[in-house]
Amino acid sequence: MRWIWIDRFVEFKPGNLAVAVKNVSLAEDYLHDHWSGYPIMPAVLMIEGMAQTAGILVGQARNFAEKVILAKIARAEFDDIVTPGDQITYHAEIEHINPEAAATKGTVLRNAQRIGRVDLMFSHIDQNLAGTEFPQENFVFTGQFRRLVAPFLKPGTDDA
Amino acid sequence: MPMTEEEVFEKVKETLVEALGVDDEEVAPQATLTGDLGAESIDFLDIVFRLEKAFNIKIPRGELFPDNVLNDPELVQGGKLTESGLSQLKQRMPHADFSQFEQDPDVNKLGDLFKVQTIINYITKKLNDS
Repeated sequence: MRWIWIDRFVEFKPGNLAVAVKNVSLAEDYLHDHWSGYPIMPAVLMIEGMAQTAGILVGQARNFAEKVILAKIARAEFDDIVTPGDQITYHAEIEHINPEAAATKGTVLRNAQRIGRVDLMFSHIDQNLAGTEFPQENFVFTGQFRRLVAPFLKPGTDDA
Repeated sequence: MPMTEEEVFEKVKETLVEALGVDDEEVAPQATLTGDLGAESIDFLDIVFRLEKAFNIKIPRGELFPDNVLNDPELVQGGKLTESGLSQLKQRMPHADFSQFEQDPDVNKLGDLFKVQTIINYITKKLNDS
């Protein structure tokens, strides 16, 4: 099982931007521990949600040929909390992409109101860690991730 | 557009403050990126991305920060750069000051070549040549 921290994409412009939403529900276990009696969405999981939104955007830009790994959280700022019943929107844009890496900038919205900013860097690890061998198959972009974005891609651009 | 070295320094400083999360005053021309400013490998790519944007230039892979130097046995022997390794590196990095490094070209000290001033020299030349 993989933890998927976005429910669906609502917009996806290949190589450019992606917008995904996540509905926060009290049915999710982690909220009962964070915190008992005062459930709030952990900021670190919102960073993960942005990393998945932006990471899929970056992966698709190279047609999922690269293994895209989160390499750096360049900025993560949250001005407010998210609680059960809220909908989070992750808006990610590619700022820069080259054979070795990509930089994305992103905003986090709660019920359409901007509450945070998360800028990330991703490494194309096969191009970067010279001499390190990774499994040939792309273990990053498995079916679950690719199915999320499939509705936005033209047939033939993705074999998920 | 040509810029003075001081103008370049100010912009490089802003870039490094953002990329590395350091304070303004830490970014002195002689500060080393890894030793003094705590840069890690991914930060070098981040710095390149941000410099390209800040100065509206293209920085080809390996031009500012050469890669693959350490993996070539002809260039490195016994943990030190060979004579040909040193001369090749000098050719690839005309923007770096080798005066100290060449006294003892230990690969562990390679990071000392990457100073704030190294970036300033590279950018200044790039802008003035274009």
